[in-house]
Amino acid sequence: MNTLPQQLANGLLLGSMYGLIAIGYTMVYGIVQLINFAHGEIFMTGAFGALTVYFYILPDGTSMAFAVPLMLLGGAIVAILIAVGAERFAYRPLRGAPRLAPLITAIGLSLALQEVVRNFYPGADRARAFPGLDATHDIGSVTIKDADIFLILAAILCMAALAFFVRRSRTGRAMQATAQDPDTAQLMGIDTNRIIVIAFAIGGFFAAVAAVAYGLKYGNVDYRMGFLMGLKAFTAAVLGGIGNIYGAMLGGVVLGIAETLASAYIDEIPGMQQLGGQSWANVWAFCLLILVLLFRPQGLLGERVADRA
Amino acid sequence: MVILTSVLTTGALTLTACGSRDDSGDKSGDGGSGTTLTIGVDAPLSGENSTTGLGIQYGAQIAVDDANKNNWVPGVKFKLKALDDKAQPATGQSNATSLTGDKTVVGAVGPLNSGVAQTMQQVFASANMVQISPANTNPELTQGKNWQTDKKRPYKTYFRTATTDELQGSFAAGYAYNGLKKKKAFIVDDKQTYGAGLAKIFGEQYKKFGGTVVGTDHVNTGDKDFGSLVTKIKNSGADLLYYGGQYDESALITKQLKDAGVKIPLFGGDGMFASTYIEAAGKAAEGDLATAIGVPADTLPAAKQFIQTYKDKGYKGDYGAYGAYAYDATTAIIKAVKAAADANGGKVPTDINDLRSKVVDGVQKSDFEGLTGKISFDQYGDTTNKQLTVYQVEKGAWKDVETGTADLK
Repeated sequence: MNTLPQQLANGLLLGSMYGLIAIGYTMVYGIVQLINFAHGEIFMTGAFGALTVYFYILPDGTSMAFAVPLMLLGGAIVAILIAVGAERFAYRPLRGAPRLAPLITAIGLSLALQEVVRNFYPGADRARAFPGLDATHDIGSVTIKDADIFLILAAILCMAALAFFVRRSRTGRAMQATAQDPDTAQLMGIDTNRIIVIAFAIGGFFAAVAAVAYGLKYGNVDYRMGFLMGLKAFTAAVLGGIGNIYGAMLGGVVLGIAETLASAYIDEIPGMQQLGGQSWANVWAFCLLILVLLFRPQGLLGERVADRA
Repeated sequence: MVILTSVLTTGALTLTACGSRDDSGDKSGDGGSGTTLTIGVDAPLSGENSTTGLGIQYGAQIAVDDANKNNWVPGVKFKLKALDDKAQPATGQSNATSLTGDKTVVGAVGPLNSGVAQTMQQVFASANMVQISPANTNPELTQGKNWQTDKKRPYKTYFRTATTDELQGSFAAGYAYNGLKKKKAFIVDDKQTYGAGLAKIFGEQYKKFGGTVVGTDHVNTGDKDFGSLVTKIKNSGADLLYYGGQYDESALITKQLKDAGVKIPLFGGDGMFASTYIEAAGKAAEGDLATAIGVPADTLPAAKQFIQTYKDKGYKGDYGAYGAYAYDATTAIIKAVKAAADANGGKVPTDINDLRSKVVDGVQKSDFEGLTGKISFDQYGDTTNKQLTVYQVEKGAWKDVETGTADLK
């Protein structure tokens, strides 16, 4: 049996999830040059927001067609509130400070969010079951689940909406201007604080979409889920060219596919048996990142910024 | 001298057995000094593996409570000091250092993970303090690096009430081939001391039984997406997946495997035998199997009271996997303290180093009926109780399907 189409589909799905989370890193970086390392945890809280809606608000036995949009809403509210709150209380007071300060705050915040969820969310100290969308479909030799279809559709819709928003809306253009030069943008009458809040909010929303997709696909969530996913998404953002929203999605997909193919096929190459398999996937993903950065330091879609230090 | 000691110890043990019947309530015994001794516990109490880790802590707690209530060692109160190793070797090692540094600690129970035990053994050995693990199964811990060819005990202070993976892996391989009639297995492990060791032994034994290993792979602890692995397993035509590792990853693997339409059972070791596995995997866990050490705790008449107490106290965690073994490990230490006291004219030796080394000797000579059966140790520190059980998930709960001893090929 030819497994390549299935493996490509696996990679594309994983990559779409990375891409959705990576948007949050990239938008914030594009505008304030801050790497929000707590973004992985914002993704995690989004998942718990959605879980709360399903288990504690909706009546038992609600159909998933009805539940999923509400879970998405619940997850988005939580993730956006936390993202915007983080901006307001953790990052804004440090905006003039040396770059290291907000970075340290971000790491502290991510630990704090993990511990809050672990200690105060019922049963969150280990994996908590999440409703799944497990019905499967065979398309040729590829098997995909309903959760996978949700993920792909959500990723495409989110990206299209974001592209439209950034290109066509007034706020979107103001965002571009702020990203290019915040000081001049402010002189032109753009409320840069508002723009920064919007960037955090959009990042939080995308993270919540990814979180719901994650829960539906893997069937459980836990307080540590944000760490590795956040790290991978950050890698995807750098790979695609940090600051570039299309780059984030492309970087995510490239990373997901590279990981999947590496774990599927590298051990079939003669002499490479020891270096293949699932456990080496991360190694190859980071090798790819290093290679890209060696030959194209600005990332796949990034622009060379010679005038900034 | 040896004869004298053994006579005294045997006598002491007999006395202990009687003592528990005669003494009632809080009467302080003839020792009279009112010493408080501490028994250390090291296990993962938070995060990964904490369900089974808490089972160890509370199993030991019940043993300590029983010893105090029944005045097992007259004049001595025991208390428990439980430390969280988070399933991390480095944390386990620093916990071991802290336990040996505490001059009231006479011995330690734990840890859960073989990889953690590796870093602790040396620390306990240098303090000459006994360590009894209720859960470690890696053969190297008691029989040395070259256990397959040349058994050699590395640390005389290390004991365990769990049997080894050599037997567990073989038992699983035999059941997979003969019981389940599965001829093609795919083997995955998590590269940890416990998981990789178990998977290797399973593979070797499975081939000796006549089975074919159609593929192998490794995962990292903490991985979430196994899409690529699942596709490989599907394509390999395996009719069984054997997994060496803990429930955190195996629950996700079985779920993603079944979701991809691969309806083959996942078979694992005692690291997977926890209610959390079923909670996390949901319906996908149905039909999956795990071996665990010993016989099912709830079928042991001696463990009835223990299970009742565990439930009455409302303890978190899972007593099913190692709770009763932790109880027996703790009891072995307490009985060794009693033996040391009896040999010393009814008084516990006041010098802690002297007491610790006497406890090591006492544990080596353990011979009593515990909750899990007869508790005694061979020349490597391994339990002489080699019973194992295969469990299968049926209607959302682990059900025992076969108990026996391993048939080494």
